[in-house]
Amino acid sequence: MAVRRMPWLLQGPEDLRRRSEAIDSMNGGRGDALRELAAHELNNNQLLRLARSLNLARAAGAEGPLSNFTLGLVSNAASDFIVPALEGTGLRHGFALKVEAAPFGVTLQAALSREFGVLATDPDAILLALDYRAYFADYALRDTDADVTVDDALDKLRGLVRAFQASSRAAILVQSIVAPPERLFGSFDRRQPGTPAWLAARFNDRLVAEILETGVILVDVEALAAQVGLGLWYDHTQYMTARLPFADECVPLYAEHVLRVVGAMRGRSRKVLVVDLDNTLWGGVVGEDGIDGIQLGQGDPRGEAFLCVQRAALALKQRGVLLAVCSKNDEPVARKAIREHPEMLLRENDFSAFQINWEDKATNLKILAERLSLGLASFVFLDDNPFERAQVRQFVPQVMVLELPSDPASYASVLMNAGLFEAVTFSQEDHTRVEQYAANTRRDTLRAQSCDLGAFLRSLQMEAIFTTGGEVGWSRFAQLINKSNQFNLTTRRYNEAEIAALVADPVTLTLQVRLVDQFGDNGMISAVIAVPEGDDWVLDTWVMSCRVLGREVEYAVLNHVAAEARARGIRRLIGVYRPTERNGMARDHYAKLGFVRVAAREGEDRWMLDLAQFTARDVPITITSSLVPA
Amino acid sequence: MNTEEILAKLTPVFRDVLDNDRITLAPEMTARDVEGWDSLANIRLMITIEEEFRVKFDVGEFQEYRNVGDLAAGVKRRLASH
Repeated sequence: MAVRRMPWLLQGPEDLRRRSEAIDSMNGGRGDALRELAAHELNNNQLLRLARSLNLARAAGAEGPLSNFTLGLVSNAASDFIVPALEGTGLRHGFALKVEAAPFGVTLQAALSREFGVLATDPDAILLALDYRAYFADYALRDTDADVTVDDALDKLRGLVRAFQASSRAAILVQSIVAPPERLFGSFDRRQPGTPAWLAARFNDRLVAEILETGVILVDVEALAAQVGLGLWYDHTQYMTARLPFADECVPLYAEHVLRVVGAMRGRSRKVLVVDLDNTLWGGVVGEDGIDGIQLGQGDPRGEAFLCVQRAALALKQRGVLLAVCSKNDEPVARKAIREHPEMLLRENDFSAFQINWEDKATNLKILAERLSLGLASFVFLDDNPFERAQVRQFVPQVMVLELPSDPASYASVLMNAGLFEAVTFSQEDHTRVEQYAANTRRDTLRAQSCDLGAFLRSLQMEAIFTTGGEVGWSRFAQLINKSNQFNLTTRRYNEAEIAALVADPVTLTLQVRLVDQFGDNGMISAVIAVPEGDDWVLDTWVMSCRVLGREVEYAVLNHVAAEARARGIRRLIGVYRPTERNGMARDHYAKLGFVRVAAREGEDRWMLDLAQFTARDVPITITSSLVPA
Repeated sequence: MNTEEILAKLTPVFRDVLDNDRITLAPEMTARDVEGWDSLANIRLMITIEEEFRVKFDVGEFQEYRNVGDLAAGVKRRLASH
């Protein structure tokens, strides 16, 4: 491999082709094996080989436990090199991705016709991979007003987005554009309306302001090209020879960026950053060098490198990523350094949990997952020690282990460029999530002090706020549905446009639940969608944040749903449980609530509650119903 | 690098790109003689050979090679001019 574009991944194996062949003849476990291979940095030929293996596995019905995802692709250049790269990269993110591309050369409007395949397969998402050339044909300054040129370009994109939205339920992904690196005047281009640099900048600004409305998601290709370097992004020979929209060498990184967005849409983004201490948060070994001997802070190049790691971690924390420590150290010594070293940016209260001891790190990560009530698949592990990384990779493969180069100066940028915390929305609740976890720790302390659980729950002074309509909160509702994996009965995902349609539907129940208690506002912690089937309400979706487990919120929710159902003449509630790798904790949810199992089909249990027999249970929660969330 | 060495280094590139371990290159071989060597694979071959030998072909040059021998000679010429 020429240049490492993804240094946070392990280097690709030389014998990838042989390993793929071995997977092709496996009877079981192909999905996991392919995913493990795809966790390496791979070139475009290697991704093509993996895509072949995926297609063989799919043909044999052996792609489990990968999640199926169909992506429609509309491009104004050749997509032959991009399609297998996307499918191969999908494996890295746990998807059995099928890309349906409109053939090269069809007009954009023709791409909408069902016969070309993009729409024929009912895609989950459609990527409009249109580059600069799709909008601005040539370099020359025109007589026309340059703003009109941008208007026309945006109209073209808007028309496509609307047409796809009208004929499909797919989420639409659009791309920012990359101006060609050649300048017409030079530095003056940025000032002069109509130059390529001016057009691209104006187009991208207006794309964000005008097109990214409900349901439209951005893949910021401009940022990606800037990161690679504009001179490397475009390859004129490859474009002229085979209509490659950008250099083949950049295709794997492009595919990675697209899949991050797809992963974020499907709740695959990570939520916790677990950091080692010695030679990760500071230079040196505090147990040996002492607090005065570790390298941290301005004035020393190594010390500055570690300061940058802390700055990056702190910035992640401030956008809602939880931080935790997993370090082999004497806890009092390590804690003292965190508390007292004058250059520490991160202090004890920035971390949601600590495991500082001499046990192996895989075990400690499992304990952290339990303490934070989060799955290991939401963990990222940052550690300078290759041995610890290998141990964690082997024993808790769900954890994303960042590969690190030897130079600590690049740790922070490797962490940030790895894109593990990609998001497609950002809400007030993300800002305050870390605060909520801290409050949770205080609640746990109170619980430990209180023997009687009922008395403990009452002492929390919980208030649940139920909201079924209005304008507010639906973005968070979508986020909750799409990001929850553990307490999620059906793991059905809906984009914001689909949710808007469900909210507007008068016979469907869409219920937001927020919870406030003595320690603060927990924000929206549960979401329910119920759809009528005759006299029944089928509970299509029921998710709950694991932070509020064991607080009887689910009983309060059932009381509310049952009351709503009765008011509308519904006779029975039908609960659905679809087991996944990660929602085992919700298996007995309906049994616990007094439902009777009526059907156990492949991949789906159905449970029934006869409302004539149901009496609401007393809950230690004050209930408020409102049209508008508090 | 002489022509023989270049052919020896080209063979694994062809095997990798065309996913076929039975390929052994000879100067007189053409695209018609090798399964899967279509126009798309040709581009992949061009890009991979450029990377493997650290050379750059001029636009259109690669498409003009009539057989593997031509290609090896082209690579040799490129290497010499560096």
